[in-house]
Amino acid sequence: MTSRAAEPAPEPAPDRALPLAHPAWTPSPLARERLAYRRARARRSALVGLASTLVVGALAVLALVSSPGWPRVRASFLDPEVAWASLPRVLEGLWLNLRVMAVAAVCILVLALVLAVCRTLRGPVFLPLRLAATVYVDVFRGLPLILVLLLVGFGLPGLRLQGIPTSAVVLGGLALVLTYSAYVAEVFRAGIESVHPSQVAAARSLGLSHAQALRTVVLPQAVRRVVPPLLNDLVALQKDSGLISILGAVDAVRAAQIQTSAYASFTPYVVAGLLFVALTIPLSRLTDALARRGGWQGATAGVAGAGPIR
Amino acid sequence: MTAPGPAPVPVLQVEGVRKAFGDHVVLDGVDLRVDSHRCVVLVGASGSGKSTLLRVVDLLEDVDDGVVRLEGQDVTDPRVDADAIRARMGMVFQAYNLFPHMRVLDNVTLAPRLVHGVGREEAEERALAVLDRVGLRARAHAFPDQLSGGQQQRVAIARCLVTSPRLLLLDEVTSALDPELVGEVLDLLVELKAEGTTMLVATHEMGFARRVADEVCFLHAGRVHEQGPPQQVLDDPRDPRTRDFLRRLV
Repeated sequence: MTSRAAEPAPEPAPDRALPLAHPAWTPSPLARERLAYRRARARRSALVGLASTLVVGALAVLALVSSPGWPRVRASFLDPEVAWASLPRVLEGLWLNLRVMAVAAVCILVLALVLAVCRTLRGPVFLPLRLAATVYVDVFRGLPLILVLLLVGFGLPGLRLQGIPTSAVVLGGLALVLTYSAYVAEVFRAGIESVHPSQVAAARSLGLSHAQALRTVVLPQAVRRVVPPLLNDLVALQKDSGLISILGAVDAVRAAQIQTSAYASFTPYVVAGLLFVALTIPLSRLTDALARRGGWQGATAGVAGAGPIR
Repeated sequence: MTAPGPAPVPVLQVEGVRKAFGDHVVLDGVDLRVDSHRCVVLVGASGSGKSTLLRVVDLLEDVDDGVVRLEGQDVTDPRVDADAIRARMGMVFQAYNLFPHMRVLDNVTLAPRLVHGVGREEAEERALAVLDRVGLRARAHAFPDQLSGGQQQRVAIARCLVTSPRLLLLDEVTSALDPELVGEVLDLLVELKAEGTTMLVATHEMGFARRVADEVCFLHAGRVHEQGPPQQVLDDPRDPRTRDFLRRLV
């Protein structure tokens, strides 16, 4: 709060080592008081949040525990001994889920990108490609995953063609790829179409071909923009990989089913459920973090005033 | 609010405001005063802090230090209701910032209805009167993208005026316009000034600054280096930086 004369201000104070055009700033008492107030308010909000979370959590547990059927439910779903005994087998199954998911995810991303690019091709020459991609997406987005699994799992081997795999794991993975690539293709297409036409105009005006513009200008921006929804689909894939159990693959769900009959307790299902949740949580947090990070968003990154408004 | 006595409370008073984004100090101790019915024009190169100063005044940014007073009230105090303060000001942006999914009339009636609790009928009546004032009553049911840039910016001004703000903040409102459309917006602002609207304006249009400004402030590197009547600052600048800036404009 210094009054400033209208005379030319002197150049940066020479005693500053930093290349700043401004002298060192020490907050005024007023600024310090405001900061202290903001901090106190933040602390209070954190405490209120903690307290209300604890109260809600306690009420939920109380409601569960005081329900009339609770003792029997606890005995058949939450038996710690059965949980411990069935854990190794369920974990073994989960490892299969993970491998199926990893391989399927790579195939899905590649196939979906090809589909999305096919759908955005313009010109009569590409009509068959465009049409095929459109029909593919329409069919596999419309079919329930469980039907695709049954058709692929039991139908394909039934053809008795040479070279068709008979393993439930491979066929189940194939069904996942077929369905998910249709969804992910649409995510990619939305990303491609969200890149402003002026970007293509700028690239083409530099002499780049349609394919070059797509590869070097459009796709890099599109892919960055769709990373959060892609990770969302990956989380869904992670748990849907449990559906290959209906073809007989011994994954976490199937292993839990076997353990359930062995111990005559539903606890292994709960174990499998907890493991799936534990698996998806890191991915979900990664999705949130990436969605918050401005650098990935391209278009809106660094817009003045993008910060919060009180 | 006409305070008695020799020193009426200024509509806006900025005292020693500092604002930095990370290491980048954008405002470095700015002092400024806008009295009722006066128009203060901020000039300066890109990055000199004009827009940030306007955003700070409109409470779209928190200050690091210093005080902004609106009609004597310290609005930079974190205890004040920022929404209520912002409702007393109007801000017009460089890129219009109209809501593209609403018709012109809905853009203009939004704040009266949601913020000021005016009924739909009365809000529309007022909105039509203000649209009439900016010469766009006939386009009340158009969508923003059906209007020219100049018309959109006039709607944005009407959207501010409809709530009778105590202070109008204008952030380079003609910079995004085609040259032939600049005139219609500037003429409107000159008329508003003549009607006694209190304004704080950031602009690159020196001719406009001469026409409307009661006072011109030259900002450089986050500081006010020279301020005074337009004839003095623009025609006979004392600060070498102001001279340098004005020479480069010609």
